Amino acid sequence: MSPAALETARNKDGLRRVVIEPLSRVEGHGKVTLLMDEDGHVQQARLHIVEFRAFEKFIQGRPYWEVPVMVQRLCGICPVSHHLAASKALDQVVGAKQLTPTAEKIRRLMHYGQILQSHALHFFHLSSPDLLFGFDSDVARRNIVGVAAAYPDVALQGVLLRKYGQEVIRHTAGKRIHGTGSVPGGVNKNLTVAERDELLRDIYQIVGWSRDAVRLVRQLFEASLEEYRAFGSFRAHTLSLVRADGALDLYHGGLRARDADNRRIFDHVDYSRYWDQISEEVKDWSYMKFPFLRSLGPEDGWYRVGPLTRVTRCDFIPTPLADRERREFLAFDEGRAALATLGFHWARMIEMLHAAEAIKDLLHDDDLLGRELMATGERQARGVGVIEAPRGTLIHHYRVYENDQVARANLIVSTTHNNQAMNRAIREVARRYLDGRTLTEGLLNHIEVAVRAFDPCLSCATHAMGKMPLSVQLVDADGTLVDTLVRG
Amino acid sequence: MTEQRAPVLVLAVGNPSRGDDALGPLLAEMVETAALPGVEVLTEFQLQVENSLDIEGRERVIFVDAGVGTHAPFEVREATPAADFLHTSHALSPEAVLATYLQIKGESPPPATILCVRGESFELGEGLSPDAAAHLQAAWPKLASLCAAGVAETRA
Repeated sequence: MSPAALETARNKDGLRRVVIEPLSRVEGHGKVTLLMDEDGHVQQARLHIVEFRAFEKFIQGRPYWEVPVMVQRLCGICPVSHHLAASKALDQVVGAKQLTPTAEKIRRLMHYGQILQSHALHFFHLSSPDLLFGFDSDVARRNIVGVAAAYPDVALQGVLLRKYGQEVIRHTAGKRIHGTGSVPGGVNKNLTVAERDELLRDIYQIVGWSRDAVRLVRQLFEASLEEYRAFGSFRAHTLSLVRADGALDLYHGGLRARDADNRRIFDHVDYSRYWDQISEEVKDWSYMKFPFLRSLGPEDGWYRVGPLTRVTRCDFIPTPLADRERREFLAFDEGRAALATLGFHWARMIEMLHAAEAIKDLLHDDDLLGRELMATGERQARGVGVIEAPRGTLIHHYRVYENDQVARANLIVSTTHNNQAMNRAIREVARRYLDGRTLTEGLLNHIEVAVRAFDPCLSCATHAMGKMPLSVQLVDADGTLVDTLVRG
Repeated sequence: MTEQRAPVLVLAVGNPSRGDDALGPLLAEMVETAALPGVEVLTEFQLQVENSLDIEGRERVIFVDAGVGTHAPFEVREATPAADFLHTSHALSPEAVLATYLQIKGESPPPATILCVRGESFELGEGLSPDAAAHLQAAWPKLASLCAAGVAETRA
């Protein structure tokens, strides 16, 4: 049975149900349900993510100038992405068609800091335990402390890379969290010489560690090539921003969609009317919508976003070390690593290297110290901002009343774009690893490894103590609880 | 790390826009307003690996967070390093922050206390629930006394 067919079982009578809820080390509420027959064959596999839609209500009625700050409270993991996407949308509302050089470069610096810290966190803290120890290794060891004990240099670099990214954010946004640096029409602070020099002090080390991280992922691929090549992999259309010359650009660009063979679907499309290209489908079994490319329809038009898409679908990366690594990645294993779901990790580290190089270049640009911070223009009623957030394309869309209150908000986050792609990945893993086998924690972790490769992140569930235990429940066909495994 | 750090760090956790999750940040604001000598305050949405570097050079760390199903109005306990990772998502527990410190620094972390204030509702855009507001008022004197005791330890 193909992974695509596993979306809905033909006959649910007599099937037993396995629930993995919530997914550990995945932000927000998520669970996976598997329906298995008496022989242990997987008949249905679904990833359910409880998309939080109340954020639109949270924003409506607020003065538009508050929005870039308040949207940071939607997500504790990538607040800067929301901060910048909202600012870009509201640039249009205040008529700022062209930011000042200082404003654009400060925002870019902030964004690269976010990419650096987010990618470092994901790889070193969330994924490296699986990759370094094995997907079904001792669960007690499969965490950052286990990594620190076995690979102390790797763990320390992960922490310091993350810390450096946070410092970039602090200097550009004003604070580590709840920053206020980016505002509609520009920024409200430049970089001081002291701040620039402080960041310059460590940037060459950061570039070096980022390069080492790319090599570490390559070594992991080389060590487990057969498994990595096939793990949760599938063919997919892709969507990303690219610069006008086709370069990777995580802050701004036009929309590019390619098919699974990298052939053009559309290119350099102005995102201010994204709805001409993208629509969303509702399925009765999921709270989260399923976006698709309008030209291909809901059945075939689903697509994948994020680091793997961006690195493999751009024409080049505009920093030399990252571009060299991109070319090696594309050539590795006759191009198959670039198609693999676990290729996300390699691509993510290439982007981290690019972010480090871009930070280095910006820190040598005196525009960061400039005093022209704001641009204005003719007031508009609507604005759309799109940015490549760490996990993929992020869309903010606002309509604003004449009295400055937000009338309507629509946000499409990267995890929503990847909804169908993540479902494909878990079905492929379920078919390959779980089908016909006795389920163990290690085998179920394979499902989580596939989901974690995408690094899904929702507007956060609260982290409060005791809020998120992980339980795996095995329930038989008549709903009786057969077994429970609780972690944490 | 050569910079001089305040001996007591209050590390408050929570999202101010998620109902009772604001308990941590609100208590952090109260400490800041009180301007307690020898006490530094940091607020985070959630604890992360780099917080292991924030606790370096401290004599006492006080983690302040909202709790679900914990004792009302609050509970206080000492925290020790533990690889306690799997019940959370992207976030770390205070024990895991201490364990990360132990591993990457190769030395015991500073002594740490957890002040966990019970919350009831955590929805986006909500204010503090009435119960949580009462818990906040009950917790503030305790937090102030923990800070004072931490500073006194330093001087002893």
